[in-house]
Amino acid sequence: MLDYVLLALVLLLVLYGVMVYNGLVRYRNWTQESWAQIDVQLKRRYDLIPNLVETVKGYMKYEQETLAKIIEMRSKLVQGSPEERMEANQQLGGVLRHLFALAEAYPDLKANTVFLRLQEELTTTENKIAYARQLYNKTVAEYNIRRESFPANIFASLFGFQRIEPLAIPEGEREAPQVKLT
Amino acid sequence: MILYEALRENRRRTYYLLAFFVALVMATGAALGYLAGDTYMGVGLALIFAAFYIPFTYWTAAWQVLNLAGAEEAPEEEYPELHHLVEELVLAARLPKPKVYVVKDPAPNAFAAGMKPEESAVAVTTGLLELLDRESLEGVIAHEISHIRNGDVKLMTLAIALVGVIVLLADLGQRMLWYGGLWGRDRGRRDRDRGGGEIILVALALLLLLLAPLAAFLTQMALSRNREFYADASAVDLTRNPQGLIKALTLLKEHQATVKRANPATAGMYFVYPFKGEEFWSSLFSTHPPIEERIRRLAAL
Repeated sequence: MLDYVLLALVLLLVLYGVMVYNGLVRYRNWTQESWAQIDVQLKRRYDLIPNLVETVKGYMKYEQETLAKIIEMRSKLVQGSPEERMEANQQLGGVLRHLFALAEAYPDLKANTVFLRLQEELTTTENKIAYARQLYNKTVAEYNIRRESFPANIFASLFGFQRIEPLAIPEGEREAPQVKLT
Repeated sequence: MILYEALRENRRRTYYLLAFFVALVMATGAALGYLAGDTYMGVGLALIFAAFYIPFTYWTAAWQVLNLAGAEEAPEEEYPELHHLVEELVLAARLPKPKVYVVKDPAPNAFAAGMKPEESAVAVTTGLLELLDRESLEGVIAHEISHIRNGDVKLMTLAIALVGVIVLLADLGQRMLWYGGLWGRDRGRRDRDRGGGEIILVALALLLLLLAPLAAFLTQMALSRNREFYADASAVDLTRNPQGLIKALTLLKEHQATVKRANPATAGMYFVYPFKGEEFWSSLFSTHPPIEERIRRLAAL
């Protein structure tokens, strides 16, 4: 009788371990998947920028310096650690916004449909990066909570699930709404 | 209120409303059965009706998706911004991209359709595209994506099915009374005495049969309003920016108009109530909460 009870307990434990393991794998895959989304968008920005510079060059004769800066920053989008790439993306976003603000003073450029198209494309890649990072951080947080809570943490360390760090959120970007107690 | 709390509070209310709904279905069945002489049989009948009616309603609703209130698929080349906004938000919500539709109607509005996230659609009117800037349009799209993510089309279809079951049961009860079936109760009665308590019970059962359809309809509307608040709150959870949605609601309040192809069955899925001027005749009978109230709750997040 006792044997059966023990056997049942062991089976239950194994079953629980399998569930914890699968849950952790699922979340880890989701974090990788959401990083892949960011990666896709960073590459997309990288590809869009030469077109933008090419289109703008002829109109903005006095902004060559800004354009040179954009080209220079572009290469950092696809090099280095995730943090470095996100940082480069953040800086690039600032310069691009500056450029689009300057473009307001060029009516010919504002009428150029290729330019407008590129502007829209670059805006959406920026938003997508922000949203993908939001998803990434949310998934990472869920993963870490799962990994660290008892008793799942025993299995997590047994199977070598590492802690994943969230991506830092740059200042002045979309943050969670202010918490107000009413 | 903190956003996270608002979402939890909303979920809890949905459960209460659904539980009340199911209780109402069973009570109607019980009332019918009681009058006919067998309370349990009435409950059983209600459950059997539900077992047939709910899949049937789902099945018809799944077909209705194809019949999207005069919506045309929006080509990406023509509506890049709209497509981009949808792509951005499904990214944040980890959902597949729904089909994007445009309704050629000057009334600014939007709706979501589809019983499953994989087969869903988002539609906006041309009036909405003209009226809103990117930030506020983002809020509206986030609201519609939230309807899809929260499974609201399915939930409201379930509500419609439950109302259907209750109406059916109440109708049956009323017919039974008409043809004198009520007195079957006497025949089915066992050795018990016919006390004053029983008369009260009969009266209660009658009252329930008469009022159940109205109560069911009101519950359906309450559920719908609840889901609107929930979609607003989860939209903010996605965009992290209540201002866009507030701006959109403020503008839409000033530009209320009737969507020509809207109908009462789909009204619940629209962003704002699609019939002009009717919203205010009674807040109890509306699928949507008053816009001011939605703005007020968003501002409190």
